[in-house]
Amino acid sequence: MPVNYYIFLAATLFAIGVTGVLTRRNAIIIFMCIELMLNAVNLLLVAFSKMHNLQLGLNFPTMGTDAQIFVFFIMIVAAAEVSVGLAIIVMMYRNTHSVDVNFLNRLKH
Amino acid sequence: MANINQLIWWIPALPLIGFLLNGLGRKLWSKSVAGLIGSATVFGSFVLSVLVFNALQPGSTTVAHLFNLIDVEGLKVGVDFQVDALSSLFLLIITGVGFLIHVYSTAYMHDETAPDFAKYFAYLNLFVFSMLLLVLGGNFIILFIGWEGVGLCSYLLIGYWFKNLDYGAAARKAFVMNRIGDLGFLLAVFWILAKIGSADFATVFSSLDKLTPVDITGITLLLFVGATGKSAQIPLYTWLPDAMAGPTPVSALIHAATMVTAGIYMIARSNALYSLAPLTQIIITIVGLATALIAATIAIQQNDIKKVLAYSTVSQLGYMFVGLGVGAYTGAVFHVMTHAFFKALLFLGAGSVIHAMSGEQDMRSMGGLKSKMPITHFTVLIGCFAIAGMPPFSGFFSKDEILAAAFAQNPVYWGLGVAGALMTAFYMFRMYAMTFTGSFRGTHEQEHHLHESPLAMTLPLVVLAVLAFAGGWIGIPAVFAEGMHRLNDFLAPVFAPAMAKATPHHLSHSTEYILMAVSVGGALGMLVYAWVTYSKYQKSDAQPTGLAKLMANKWYVDELYDAVIVGPVKALGGFFHHVMETRVIDGLVNGVGKAVQYSSRQLRLLQSGLVGSYVLLMVLGMLLLFILQLFFAK
Repeated sequence: MPVNYYIFLAATLFAIGVTGVLTRRNAIIIFMCIELMLNAVNLLLVAFSKMHNLQLGLNFPTMGTDAQIFVFFIMIVAAAEVSVGLAIIVMMYRNTHSVDVNFLNRLKH
Repeated sequence: MANINQLIWWIPALPLIGFLLNGLGRKLWSKSVAGLIGSATVFGSFVLSVLVFNALQPGSTTVAHLFNLIDVEGLKVGVDFQVDALSSLFLLIITGVGFLIHVYSTAYMHDETAPDFAKYFAYLNLFVFSMLLLVLGGNFIILFIGWEGVGLCSYLLIGYWFKNLDYGAAARKAFVMNRIGDLGFLLAVFWILAKIGSADFATVFSSLDKLTPVDITGITLLLFVGATGKSAQIPLYTWLPDAMAGPTPVSALIHAATMVTAGIYMIARSNALYSLAPLTQIIITIVGLATALIAATIAIQQNDIKKVLAYSTVSQLGYMFVGLGVGAYTGAVFHVMTHAFFKALLFLGAGSVIHAMSGEQDMRSMGGLKSKMPITHFTVLIGCFAIAGMPPFSGFFSKDEILAAAFAQNPVYWGLGVAGALMTAFYMFRMYAMTFTGSFRGTHEQEHHLHESPLAMTLPLVVLAVLAFAGGWIGIPAVFAEGMHRLNDFLAPVFAPAMAKATPHHLSHSTEYILMAVSVGGALGMLVYAWVTYSKYQKSDAQPTGLAKLMANKWYVDELYDAVIVGPVKALGGFFHHVMETRVIDGLVNGVGKAVQYSSRQLRLLQSGLVGSYVLLMVLGMLLLFILQLFFAK
């Protein structure tokens, strides 16, 4: 399968994520959209890694597979981030009884 | 000679010490202590000057080097004190006449409070110090420091009674006029430094072949501009009559005996330069003559006793410049000396009169003081004879020498000079007759108060009168007695460069006798005429008309300067103040402030507190970066 397909898919996912972050007010959905963008990037990394590996891996089978390892790192960081983010959302709910981000405008004053 | 060398620097140092003592301790000393410090330091300088004068070998030049003022690559300026015939003569005049004036001041200024009294003496001492620095300086830089110093001191002393705003204005006028001249002087010094690389007199005058004729003419003209400022010549003379705002002894010291002779001294010192610049010499002669005549015509119509003397000073300075211009350097210096005697005498005599008249300076309210103040009357009479050029008084010899030299150069110069001399005789005896003869025209209180001045004032008068009478005998012209012109022989080494180049004039003895007879006879006629006319002077309210009005108003020169120079400069200043300063510069600064304020007020709206808008901005920013990356990355 050509790498273009992966790029289109990743771009679409990323655009959906951005749109979600921009348009939704629910903190949890925004959060999920961020994850969507992260995973779009992960997908790209894996796709390109595979592409490079096909070209370079003939003599050295492990050449061009670095990004696959990278993706694992990103997933781990993302998991850590999710735990912090969800904790913030829980605290936010306790304080405002809502998960609407537009309530969080006190920094203005 | 060696010990004398070590003494030289004490000559200016003593008045400086006096200045510091009186200036710093002015609230501590009583009046008598302040007066004693002031007079004693100058007297000490006088004694040292006499010692130096006596120890001076004929024709020798001694340079005492103290320390280096500037010592950089290619330029070395030392604090050098040079003593030769010319400067030792000036030392004697300055410290001698200066000392007498100090003594006189102790009595004249006695109405001042003690701190003001000490301040006055501090200024006087500083003035004497600057003047000594000026004549002792062994290079143009030290001369310039003294040159500026006397300018500063004249400002301080003219504005001594600064609570009177007019006096303050007169002081400022003197300062500004002097500064204009100083600029010319400074440019000349720079020119010399650029071309020769040294400001030492000895070096400069021995390497004149490095200068082109254009250089020499330019330098001498610029130096002359400096001299017109300091020595009150056209066009910068108007400050001197206004300078009469200062106390009368100050007028005697600064504006008759010493400061105004600085320009003469400087040109006489640079005679080697000037003798190479015939164009400059002609200009100097013409300016000197014009000044002598114009000032004399103004003096005829003045009613303020000090103004008459002030304009006569300007006029006599004109004569000195004529002497310099026609190459009679000895004559000019001779006239400086005799003028110092008789003009100091006249000013101090006028001060004595003003003192007796309780501050009245208008001659129309005086008259008949002869019997009330016999000593003042007699000494002033001698001074008047001396300035009018009557033989055997001192002024005759010096003025005659200048006039004879002028005749040898061009008879027209001589004719104009004699015309000035006749006017001199007229206005001096007009002043004399209005003040001392006739009947008293003042108020009864003034008449009741009239008295002869105390000893501290009359004693200097008597000493100066003796000098004004006999001071000319050191320069008896060859026509009377061959070889009796001691001053000429004494100064000859200093003026040797100029004499070598000048064509010696040979007037036959009969010509000289005729010239003398004409000038003395004419002056005598004017003298008697003025004496007879103004002895019968009666106060009248008639305003002068026609030519007299023009002369009484000083040819409207001040008004002309106001209109031509002061007015436009003020307008320019106003333009810069109202337009450049308030509009352009302030507008620029305030505009920047306003722009920052406005833009920040607009930018503040971006901080809405809505998370969505922040994220939107972030995304837009990233998009922008992508676009930039796409289209503009290399």
